[in-house]
Amino acid sequence: MDSNSVVSWPRLPENIDGFGIKQKQSEEVHVLAVDDSIVDRKVIEHLLKVLACKVTAVDSGLRALQLLGLLDEQKIPSETNGFGGLKVDLIITDYCMPGMTGYELLKKIKESSSFKETPVVIMSSENVLPRIDRCLEEGAEDFIVKPVKLSDVKRLKDFMTTKEVIRGELSQEEREGINKRKLLDTSDVSPSSPPSISSSPLPSSPSSVIDSPIRRLKMTGTD
Amino acid sequence: MLGFGADLLWADMNRLLAFLFHQGVLDEQFLQLQQLQDEASPNFVSEVVNIYFHESEKLLTNLRGLLMEREYKKMGIHLNQFMGSSSSIGAKRVTNVCVAFRAATDQSNRAGCLRALEMLEHEYCYLKNKLHELFQIEQQRALVAGVRYPV
Repeated sequence: MDSNSVVSWPRLPENIDGFGIKQKQSEEVHVLAVDDSIVDRKVIEHLLKVLACKVTAVDSGLRALQLLGLLDEQKIPSETNGFGGLKVDLIITDYCMPGMTGYELLKKIKESSSFKETPVVIMSSENVLPRIDRCLEEGAEDFIVKPVKLSDVKRLKDFMTTKEVIRGELSQEEREGINKRKLLDTSDVSPSSPPSISSSPLPSSPSSVIDSPIRRLKMTGTD
Repeated sequence: MLGFGADLLWADMNRLLAFLFHQGVLDEQFLQLQQLQDEASPNFVSEVVNIYFHESEKLLTNLRGLLMEREYKKMGIHLNQFMGSSSSIGAKRVTNVCVAFRAATDQSNRAGCLRALEMLEHEYCYLKNKLHELFQIEQQRALVAGVRYPV
């Protein structure tokens, strides 16, 4: 069951190293888990470790923001494409927390320049539809009803894996685009055709990738 | 001989588990935790459960105090926590009592809260005893199995 995810990630061609695109081939998926309950932290941490993810678990939204370098007094200038801070591939947070709720944390993350592309998943013990809608509208990737199971986390990891493959495919297109330009130069034709990458934007909501019913709900709602 | 003992203990463990499931004391989330236990983390379940016991006892003590003070809203917050952690380990009956208890706090129903607290303490004690029993059998089994295969 676990070996499937190891085999399918990542299917990147070997020869795309020279483009300065951060290679995640040998790096684990790093998840930041936020939950005020120590029992839940222990469970989610283990669930993620079983799926070979690197986990950092914190007990509050404030601590999460601190780690991400997003607290007001920590403004880090985004000079290295937003990789100036911690590398986090997924943030999973409880909704009901004292102080800052998961929803407030979600908003802060989506407002930041360095982490607004990072998928954020909300967990809650209560299946409240308006709450789910609010989170999805604010940009949450998914909503998990507690208690969290291995299948929930596996689904998230599969999503992360596929996202990496898509990035890999784009890199290949970019490479092909540059090769095309080289060909055009040598044959002395005006280089009017831009690299193919400009016409294929990084899909923020790939419709074929996500199998979550919540995700499907979101697609029909906003599009 | 010793292998026979290990098998008996394994049967005891399964019988106890089946009983607890049948009684609704535990649900499939407990099974989920057991599935996460492996050679790399052979004590995962007992570790989580011990953390749960530690937290729960603090919560129960707080609840008793808050009920004396008639602090219903604060009790509600504590009950949310208790509910959350109980459901995370698969303690179904305890979770259900928390739900009823929270409803009583929502209505500031003192008599209802007193009854619910009593029931909660009873269910929690029962769960704790049964889980200790389960872990004891598991430990014995590991010991016996270990002796059977000397290094």
